[in-house]
This record gives sequence, C-alpha cells and structure tokens, in this order.
Amino acid sequence: MQSPTQTASPHQLPQTLEPRNPGMDLDLDWVRGQQANRSAIERRAQSLPGRRSLKKEHQAAWLLKAISCIDLTTLSGDDTEGRVRRLCAKARQPVDAGMLARLGLPGLTTGAVCVYHDMIACAVDALRGSGIPVAAVSTGFPAGLSPLALRIEEIRHSVAAGAAEIDIVISRRHVLKGDWQALYDEMRSFREACGDAHVKAILATGELGTLRNVARASLVCMMAGADFIKTSTGKESVNATLPVSLVMGRAIRDYFDRTGYRVGYKPAGGISKAKDALTYLALIKDELGDRWLQPDLFRFGASSLLGDIERQLEHHLTGHYSASYRHAMA
Amino acid sequence: MTVKEIFETMDYGPAPESAAEALAWIVDQGAKFGHFIDGGFTAPGDDFTSRNPANGETLATLSQATRADVDAAVAAARKAQPKWEKLAGPGRAKYLYAIARLVQKHARLFAVLETLDNGKPIRESRDIDIPLVHRHFYYHAGMAQLMEAELPGRAALGVCGQIIPWNFPLLMLAWKVAPALAMGNTVVLKPAEYTSLSALLFADICRQAGLPRGVVNIVTGDGDVGEMIVAHDGIDKIAFTGSTEVGRRIREATAGSGKALTLELGGKSPYIVFDDADLDSAVEGLVDAIWFNQGQVCCAGSRLLVQEGIAAPFHRKLKARMDGLRLGNPLDKCVDIGAVVDPVQLAAITALVESNREGETYRANVEMPVEGCFYPPTLITGLAPAARLMQEEIFGPVLVSTTFRTPAEAVALANNTRYGLAASLWTENVNLALDMAPQLVAGVVWVNASNLFDAAAGFGGRRESGFGREGGWEGLSAYTRPAAATRPLAPVTAFAGDKGPADPLDRTAKLYIAGKQARPDGGYCRNVYGKSGALLGQAPLANRKDVRNAVEAAQAAAGWSRTSGHLRAQILYYIAENLSARGDEFASRINALTGARSGQKEVEATIERLFSAAAWADKFDGQVHNVPIRGVALAMREAVGTIGALCPDEAPLLGLVSIMAPAIAMGNRMVLVASEPFPLAACDFYQVLETSDLPAGVVNILTGAHGELASPLAGHHDIDAVWSFSSTDLGAEIERTSAGNLKRTWVNNGRARDWRQDHSRAFLEAATEVKNIWVPYGE
Repeated sequence: MQSPTQTASPHQLPQTLEPRNPGMDLDLDWVRGQQANRSAIERRAQSLPGRRSLKKEHQAAWLLKAISCIDLTTLSGDDTEGRVRRLCAKARQPVDAGMLARLGLPGLTTGAVCVYHDMIACAVDALRGSGIPVAAVSTGFPAGLSPLALRIEEIRHSVAAGAAEIDIVISRRHVLKGDWQALYDEMRSFREACGDAHVKAILATGELGTLRNVARASLVCMMAGADFIKTSTGKESVNATLPVSLVMGRAIRDYFDRTGYRVGYKPAGGISKAKDALTYLALIKDELGDRWLQPDLFRFGASSLLGDIERQLEHHLTGHYSASYRHAMA
Repeated sequence: MTVKEIFETMDYGPAPESAAEALAWIVDQGAKFGHFIDGGFTAPGDDFTSRNPANGETLATLSQATRADVDAAVAAARKAQPKWEKLAGPGRAKYLYAIARLVQKHARLFAVLETLDNGKPIRESRDIDIPLVHRHFYYHAGMAQLMEAELPGRAALGVCGQIIPWNFPLLMLAWKVAPALAMGNTVVLKPAEYTSLSALLFADICRQAGLPRGVVNIVTGDGDVGEMIVAHDGIDKIAFTGSTEVGRRIREATAGSGKALTLELGGKSPYIVFDDADLDSAVEGLVDAIWFNQGQVCCAGSRLLVQEGIAAPFHRKLKARMDGLRLGNPLDKCVDIGAVVDPVQLAAITALVESNREGETYRANVEMPVEGCFYPPTLITGLAPAARLMQEEIFGPVLVSTTFRTPAEAVALANNTRYGLAASLWTENVNLALDMAPQLVAGVVWVNASNLFDAAAGFGGRRESGFGREGGWEGLSAYTRPAAATRPLAPVTAFAGDKGPADPLDRTAKLYIAGKQARPDGGYCRNVYGKSGALLGQAPLANRKDVRNAVEAAQAAAGWSRTSGHLRAQILYYIAENLSARGDEFASRINALTGARSGQKEVEATIERLFSAAAWADKFDGQVHNVPIRGVALAMREAVGTIGALCPDEAPLLGLVSIMAPAIAMGNRMVLVASEPFPLAACDFYQVLETSDLPAGVVNILTGAHGELASPLAGHHDIDAVWSFSSTDLGAEIERTSAGNLKRTWVNNGRARDWRQDHSRAFLEAATEVKNIWVPYGE
C-alpha cells in the first residue's frame, strides 16, 4: 500500500507529481457499505498521541514539514489588500531567515495562501515568483447555500482571477438526506468548473452528524473527482478532529487501494498547537504512509498554528522557551 | 541525521523516557532485595537476578524465599488478620485510599520500573497498567467502606496466599491485594520471579501508607515458593493467576484442604469479525488485542475468526497495519511493541511457531532490534481448528486465523476450545452483537473493542480458563465467606434389616434419566430398610455409565438455559403444587426412611424452597457496571451449565430440592445423586417432576453409592460444576478429580448445613457465572 517516499518538490501544487484523480462512476454499494465505529475510532485517536513522540532534531524537522504544509489562511469579513499582502509576506518567510538557515532549510515557505475570491488578485500579485499557490474558498463559502449556478460561476471567476486551488463547500443537506447522487453531481460540476485548478472538497464534518456520514461523503467526493478532501470551513462549531481525520484518512486509503489514485487531505480549523500538528502528521504517516506527508497531498488549514511552531523551533535552537513577540507577525 | 535529512525522510527518531529515577531507586535499596515480611524487609540474599529483557542488563539481586521465610510471612499475616478485620470497613478504606493516592503520586516511577523489569512499552505501563492499579485501589477503598452495609453476613476468609504472573506485575498485584484487604483479609503475595521489582516498590508504598505490619507480606522466588504457599496449612485461600497447567496442579494440591481457591488461567480468546464491521477499526482493535504487551496477555484476542467474504481484504489491511508497528526499546515513547519478558519465553514462542507447518505465516515487515528479547508481530492465516496453534495458547505476538460463514458457525468455532476467558466481536448490527455475546463461552465479551479493563467490571473465565471473578461486586465473594459458624457433619448410614416388606405389593424404583425411568446399567440394586428393619423397597445402584447417560441427557436439554425465567418459575410452582397434592405420602415416606417424625415439616419446607426458587427465577438480576467509558458493561448472570450434585444424606427430599430448585431456576441442568441412605424419596419425587411439565433431561436423578459416583461426576469433562453435600466426606476426591477440566466445585468439607434454613441465595450464586459484556456505543 505504501510507496517509497519521494523527495519534496518545490512545487506544492496538488497532484503535480501524481496523476490527478479523474473520479469514477458513483458506486453506491461501496458508499453505503462504509462503516465508522465511533467508540473504536475515538479510542485509536486517543491513544495515538501516547504512541508517538518526537524529540529534538526529529521534532524540529517535523515542525518544519508542518509549515511546508500550511495553507496560511485569512477568511474574515474585514480582510483588506494590506492584510492579505502581510499574510503573503509571512507565507514567503514563515520563520526568521536566520533560524531557517541554522535549521538547514532556507527558502522554506508555507504550502499555500488561502483567501476569499476578492483577495485572489492581490495575493497572486504578492506571491509572484515565490511558487506559492493561491487557494480560494468558493461556492458560497462557508454555508454553500447560494444558487448552484452562482456557486459554479464563482469557481470560474476565481480560477480566472488566478487561484490555482479552489476550496469548495459541499451541500451538507445532500449528506444528511443520504442523497449521494445529488452530492456526486454537485461535486462533479464543481470539479468541471475548476478546470486545471485543483479542487479541495470541504465536507464541514462538524455539520454531518455522524462519522459514518463523514466516511460516505468522503468517498462520494473522491468518486466525483476531488483532488483533496478537507474537514471544515473553520466556521463550524466543531472543526478538524483526530477521529474525523482517521475516518477521512482511511477513506482516502481505501480509494487509493481501489483506484490507484492518491487524494490529498486537509484538516482545517482548530489546529493551533505545534504538538497537535505533530500528532496529525503521525496519524497521516501511520494510516496513509510517508507519501502523504508532502504538501501536494497534505495541508493544514490554519492561521495561528505557525506562531506556535515558530516558538517551538526557537526553543529547539536555543534551549530557551520563546515569546511570540520575537517572531514576525503576519 | 540533520534536520534537513529528517525533513526529507520524515522518520520517527528515538524518544526515550529516562530510567534514571527508577535506577536510582533500585540503587537506594542497595540493588538487593529481601522479602517484605511483618512490615519490614528481611536481609537480602544473593539468590537470583532480575534482568531487563530489552538488553539483558541486571537490575537487581533478589532473594529466594525459604520455608522459614514463608512461615514467617504467613505467621505475620495470621497475627495481623484479626485486628485488620476488626478495624472494620471504614477503617480499612482509609488505608486503601492512601495506597491509591501514593501509587498515583509515584505513577511514573512505577511505570518506568515496570517497563525496565518486564519489557512492556512505557506507553502501556504509563497509560494502562499503572492507572488501572490506582483505579483498583480507589474502587476497593469504596468496597471496604460499604462492606458492612452491603455484604451483611459476610466475613473475611483470613490469610490469602496470592501468586501472580509476570505479564502485568503490578496490575495483577492490585487485582489480588485490593479486594483481599478491603474485605478484611491479610495477604502473603509472591510476584513472578522475572518481575518482582514493582511489588517490592509497592511494599515500600505500604510502609509509607502506614499499613499495619503483617497485613501485606511479599515473598520472592520461583515456583518452589509458590508451592510452599499453596501447601501451607496457615493459609485460608489461594488466588492464582498464571498458566492452566500450573492452575491444574494447584487445584490438585489444594484438594480437600478446605482452602478457598480462585484461578485465572490461560486463554485462546476468539476475535470475531463480521462482514458489516468497521474493518479498519477491527484491524486497529487487533493491535490492542494481540500486540498489546507483546501478546503476553491471558485474554489476548489470539484467534481471529473472519467472515469468509471479507477475509481477503481484512487480512490485507491487517498486514499493512502490522508493517506500521514499531518494535524496540520499551522505554521509547514512540514504540508499540517492546521486549518479550525473558529468553525462555522467547524460545517458547519461537518453537511453537516453528513447529507449525500449516497455513500461511506472515511476519510483519518491521525493523527488529539487534539485541534483546524481541519477536516480530506474526499472523498465520488459513489454519483449521484442528491445527495445534488454533488450540494452544502461544502467549506471544502471534495471531492465528480462520474463516466462518454464518453467525452460528462463528459461535461454534469460537467455543471450540478448552478455554473460556474472553471474546471480541465486531459488527455494526446491534441485533447480531447482542445475540452473539450470550452464546460465547467466556467470562468477558467486548463488542467492537478489545482488552478493556476496569475495577468495576469483574474479570475471569469459564472452562479451563479458571474460576472466580476479579473486580466488581462479583469479585468480592472470592475474598469473603459466610460469617455464621458451622459444625461437623456426622456420616449418615443406612439402616440394616432382615424383615419382609411392610406392603406386599412391590413398587419398582428406577433411575430418572432424560425424562424417563431407567433401569441401572449395571443391573444391581440394594435393599432399603426402615429403622425397624422393615424392607421399604429397592434402590437402583447407578454406575459410571448411568452418569454418562444422565450427562448426555442434561446436555441435550441445553435449551432449558435459553428459556425465560418466567417460564422456569411457572414450572417450579407447578412442581410445588404437585408435590403438595401428595404431601402426606411424601411425609410418611420420609418418616419411614429416616425413622424420624419430621416428614411433614420436611415436605412443607421443600414446598417453600420451590416457591423461593420460583420467586428468584426472574429476579436474580445481573448489573450494569459503572465503567469509565461511553457505553455499558452488562454483568449478565448465566447458568453454569450442567451441574452434578451429591445430595445431602440427612434430608432426603428437602436436601435434594434445596439444591435442585435454585439451580434449575437459573437455567442449569442437573445430575442429582440422591441421599445415599434414604434414596427412595427421590425416586418418588421424579414422578412429581414427570407431571410438572419439566422438559426431559433438565433434572436427572441417580441413586447409589456417593463414594462410587463422585469420581465419575468430578472427572466428566462435559460437566461444568460438581457440588457435594454428602455426609461421606468426598471433598478431596472431587476437588482433585475436577482438575481435569477445572470444573467449578463446591464441597461441604465435612461441615453440616441446616437444610431447614433457606440458603437459596448461596445456591443462586453458585449456579450462575457472571459474564461482563462491554458495549461501547456512539454513532
């Protein structure tokens, strides 16, 4: 199941190293056969941090890997061009250059910058030459309840504006009603509208009610051609969790085993501590394998995680606990 | 490796827990340990060493207890016991609470010491073993507090000899010591010779808790010390956890000694995966089932039964998961599997696996440490039940597997074993899960889980996995006895005579087997005389073949165990009704047999006993234990199965019914041997049974010599329990012979019981086994 680890590419666009998931016909038997035993999944999630521990150089290296997988995000009503340019500057230089040099990874950047449609143009401009892609949330984010035609049109606008990645939100009601065909059709139309831009399907797992629904929705979105599946908008009351990540990761593994296509995973919202990031990476490593520990197949949707990682890296280098004001803000 | 290189490979690195504090503790004790007797450590000997199995390094030198040491420990425990019991529950609760707190405060020291000595990963000792230890002492502090109020009429057993294994050294100590102390007993405990250190640290904790001298005594050494404890006259109860082989020897050695005994032995527990299960979670469950503690777990889910249609994908997922397991330094916080406890155990596992020529063997593709006692996670698929590895306990990280087609076949395969400790079953179908769980012969069933433990839920086995429960309310009976004093039981002999019959019209008494009157196989009978020497009739002399036939009939009546309590109650009431209609006749028969005039009273008491049993038939409820999960642990009371009983000689009708009624009320089937001197009342009684709608085979009645029938009953492998209330003291023979299949025994040890009293509750307890069914839930 696990293929050899490939070296990191400067290119962090999804599936630039992998054939893109073309999707497949909706297989309802497979979808409805998905099971997710919540208690067992929670036990696994609960024991994971106790089973895996990273110290010293290994911890530093893994934290740097986490940075390379961050979709540095601002999704606020008060976003302005100035705010987005600051964010992009942080994406280019996520950690103090001197520290990065000492760690042997000068030039490290975040995986992408993630913004609303209206901020795409300035983000593309601010990131020009960096190789960092711009991701845009779309399709009536976060609720996804605007007219379907407008949601599809929004994708086209964002792609035209220069977004290389589109984070769409699914219609939760299709999942809650078990209308897998409708979910499949919707996802197919989003994928088609994306064209060459890569599409991440946000399931809004906090609103799907059960882990079984998460498993089934994950499969349907992959069958409909999602390049990534993503937990949350960050706006639900419950966002990324380890149990949800287990379920989605296992769905990705099953999809790969069945089709040979690797789909990426993006937990988003609520991951703000360096230690949590390490646990997520360990989960991905143990459940999906090393190949998924690269930014073309794994992203964190996060805004405050980077700050904690910076402090931990300084601690690693100096042996002293750090303070946030010592690190440049976004 | 540089940070940049690790950034590329994303390997895990070493993450060792420091051993410094634990090693410093050992050095502080001189790295040499004596025994803990009467509140102090004896001068250490230079007898054997305790080693770290991960690297072979010597940790400390330990002392081998001599007979004098064991005598001293038992004497100290004996001396301390009356005062400890008199302290009463609330007084003892304070000490147990202090021990719980102290274990908690020194949790990391205990965890590291345990990992150094045993080789288990620090994650397990830190996150599982030690938290369960202090949980057990907290829980039993509560049991001590509640004892007088909730267990009226129960008293401590006295001095308990406790022998524990090396796989969960401190946890097994806690399971033994906490309930014993809570109920007012004192203990002499022997840890396994591979893993004594945490017990010695525990001794230190007892001192810090101010525990009175002699309440806990710990002697170290090998099996010879265990034998000295087992054979010691000054000990009232033996509690043993370990192999079935040694458990059997202990059963034989204690036979007839009057010592109480509980055994928690081996297992080959089934792990059943249905095609609608969450397969990934079931795979992960196996990591907890068979790769927990290197598979050195008595209740390890070691026998994988997969529904045929999903076997291929399930095995594929399983192999992939096995490859992700990490073996290595047990103190590494990033390791899943540590070291096997000792080179001897490693050799035993290796030899067993290498002896196998069947199926397909898959060894996990994992990096193996270069030194130390390590064995790779191993899966052997395609084995038939006939394969040796499907039947024998390996006690290592080796899983064997076969397939099944239907739920009924899963039950048959699961129960096709001499063991009966635990079972896991995986399905998302609540109907299937709750239908399966009662059918599995096991003391513990985990639904969609594995190896869940808690002080509030009893743990223990059926069949050759042993008897007795540890934990929960059900565990307390293993450390208490009825408080009432007993007197010796004098042998009751038959009357001799040479007169003719009182009534010339002959009546033929037969055996009662499978609902039919049957002539004895041997074709012999004996004359039964009254006190005056008048011939009352002839009673058949049953032999071992009649026992065989009766047991077969009882097995064929297995459906009785599945009937409702309500139905059984109605039949018991009906038996009472039909007996009452012939009350005068039975009264005169009893008077004629016994030569006394108590017949009328005995019949009345018998009818009362039947009413009591009918009353209890639908009321002797199980419990829902309060375990710390989102879910329930259902403590269900199940029938023991087929019970053979030698009935009291002195009360020919009341004695028989006092035993029979509660047992069949709980769904058991009986092979009863009637009063030896006064058998004819039982022969009349089967006519009552015949007219009372009791299904054939539920009760079988034999007459004959107790001394001749005890051994065939106790040795029969299809009998689950043997009881003896005979005035012939057959305890030693029964207990010794029962070791064959480790059936439950209950013998009177030559002590009398007043059958005019209602002892129903004691019989209900003995007639049931508590099965804990863990059902975590959550959608």
